Amino acid sequence: MSNEKTDWWVGLFILLGAIALSFLALRAGNLSSFSFAPTYALSAKFDNIGGLKVRAPVKSAGVVVGRVASISLDEKTFQAVVTVQIEKNYRFPKDSSAKILTSGLLGEQYIGLEAGGDDANLVAGGTLQFTQSAIVLESLISQFLYSSAEKQGTPQGTESAPAPKSPKLSQ
Amino acid sequence: MLTPPQNSHQPVLRLEGVSLGYGDFTVLREISLEVLPGQVVAMMGGSGSGKTTLLRAATGQLVARQGSITLFGQNLAHADRPLLQSLRQRMGVLFQQGALFTDLNVFENVAFPLREHLSLSAAQLTERVLEKLNAVGLRAAAHLKVSEISGGMARRVALARAVVLEPELVLYDEPFAGLDPISLGITARLIRSLSDRLGCASVVITHDIAESFAIADHVYLVGQGELKAHGTPATLGASTDPYVQQFLHGHADGPVAFDYPVTPAFEAWLARTGTQA
Amino acid sequence: MSQTNFLARLGKQARERLTGLGLFTRFFFMLLQRSSIVFKRPRLVSQQVHFIGNFSLLIIIVSGLFVGFVLGLQGYYTLNRYGSEEALGLLVALSLTRELGPVITALLFAGRAGTSLTAEIGLMKAGEQLAAMEVMAVDPIRRVFVPRFWGGVIAMPVLAAVFSMVGIIGGWVVGVLLIGIDTGAFWSQMQNGVDVYNDVLNGVIKSIIFGVAVTLIALYEGWQARPTPEGVARATTRTVVTGSLAVLGLDFLLTALMFSN
Repeated sequence: MSNEKTDWWVGLFILLGAIALSFLALRAGNLSSFSFAPTYALSAKFDNIGGLKVRAPVKSAGVVVGRVASISLDEKTFQAVVTVQIEKNYRFPKDSSAKILTSGLLGEQYIGLEAGGDDANLVAGGTLQFTQSAIVLESLISQFLYSSAEKQGTPQGTESAPAPKSPKLSQ
Repeated sequence: MLTPPQNSHQPVLRLEGVSLGYGDFTVLREISLEVLPGQVVAMMGGSGSGKTTLLRAATGQLVARQGSITLFGQNLAHADRPLLQSLRQRMGVLFQQGALFTDLNVFENVAFPLREHLSLSAAQLTERVLEKLNAVGLRAAAHLKVSEISGGMARRVALARAVVLEPELVLYDEPFAGLDPISLGITARLIRSLSDRLGCASVVITHDIAESFAIADHVYLVGQGELKAHGTPATLGASTDPYVQQFLHGHADGPVAFDYPVTPAFEAWLARTGTQA
Repeated sequence: MSQTNFLARLGKQARERLTGLGLFTRFFFMLLQRSSIVFKRPRLVSQQVHFIGNFSLLIIIVSGLFVGFVLGLQGYYTLNRYGSEEALGLLVALSLTRELGPVITALLFAGRAGTSLTAEIGLMKAGEQLAAMEVMAVDPIRRVFVPRFWGGVIAMPVLAAVFSMVGIIGGWVVGVLLIGIDTGAFWSQMQNGVDVYNDVLNGVIKSIIFGVAVTLIALYEGWQARPTPEGVARATTRTVVTGSLAVLGLDFLLTALMFSN
């Protein structure tokens, strides 16, 4: 086969590969939801981040405004420190709150931002003061069992409820 | 031309007391021979006598256990890889089956050494290749694929490829094996005429007596692991050595025995088979 | 007496295997060392990409399509039990990009391209073509092996990506067109769940590593083949077997490395 023909076929082959890769990245994957807009960093501390992962979305009113950049542990307060990158054109008041929510019932976890009422906005490097940790299913259940056991115990007075068999919280 | 001016009496290839072998097995002992520029030398011997081993020693593919091999005045034992590569560019080898590159066509096969070692313009390259193909009578076959040509033609293409760099030494590994009478005559004449035209030395490894005697200046006869005789075709034809006689006249029995020698392994096998039968 | 023979044989086999492994590694480094020809004569490499890649496209596309069909079908049956049919797109895409794309492509590659590489080189060896090259002062490793190595390494990720893409489309055809799942849910769940870095990129990395492994094994077996018909046949068999096992073994290692959270 002549050299030009071979080159043409090889070019076609590589092009096909590029198309396939772009298809996978854009149509199948989440690359299209990556914005290349400039971002600024904010941080927040949580008692428990649950199953939050890096690159999880940060949403406000359901709209993606940024992504989780990094997660680490503060060794003094033993709280989780989460840094998020927010798109520069979204500004939030200083008293906004960050909650770790779950999409759907058993879906991926993300950070939900609720705007506060302050006039001043958070700037790059700022910290979200008000946070709510992830809901851990086990503590929810044990809470429910404890409270229901308590309710059972109070009318009898002395007869205290059997020691709340709160399942050992696996932290 | 690539060849620097050379003393026409300095041998192109010289072996002195060379012993060659593989592993524990020694194929050839104490071989001494030399090839002068422009000479056609025939290396003859029975099958398995070590002729191909000699060829591989001459190209530097096999290292001599004893003795020295001198190629173009360079001792091969002391040659490092770059030197060996430059020496190999001054020689051509014609392999027994042609060893053409099956993924290239005839033209590209002959052009291969030119493309690898020289930077010629497309026009120069084409001219050289077609000229060499013309010398072997296959100019009009340049467009054919290797699978489309006969065995005899393949060998001629391989010959063209072996001489396309206009080497000073060409080695032919059994060029006459399995050829029809016409091709035999053509090949023998090509070897001689190329040698004369290019001024290169030729070493023809063969056991074909008639053709090689017709074109050789000097003949070496190898057998039973050593050099049995050498001389001009006339001298050898007149020799009274029993080995030479048996070889040249094709006697069934003589120094090369007809019967395979009895070994203990055979006797043991026979005893076993005899009782089982 | 036979016991010591057995142990001696075992020891001998072990030694031979180790020597073979050492030789294999040396072969790999030789290829890397002499790879400068890729830049000096890129045409050689692109020719090999053509022979290895383009000639495998048909089997990859057809296989990808059918694997996608099956994934769509089987995935639907399983998800339907839990009322999660809408996650079919996600299931198909993740299965393909993370695992099936790279692995099945590599196995097919070992069978199609790997054996043809081994056979080609084995036959070149048998026909004294490699020796002829050496005697013509052309390094066969540089001229024959290196271009084929890089051709395989380049072709493999492309083939794996095509396989995954075609498979996803096949899953869509079965899930949406034939079964009737909502096409919007199919794609949106997929896009939400498939991460470019974790899933697509890891799949690409896997396929590159598989490409190196399979091509290397194919070339090595050809290089070491006995220059006889049986020798070449044995070598091609070894290419498929060793190559496939290597792919599966590497896949386990890589999956453990990449996807353990």
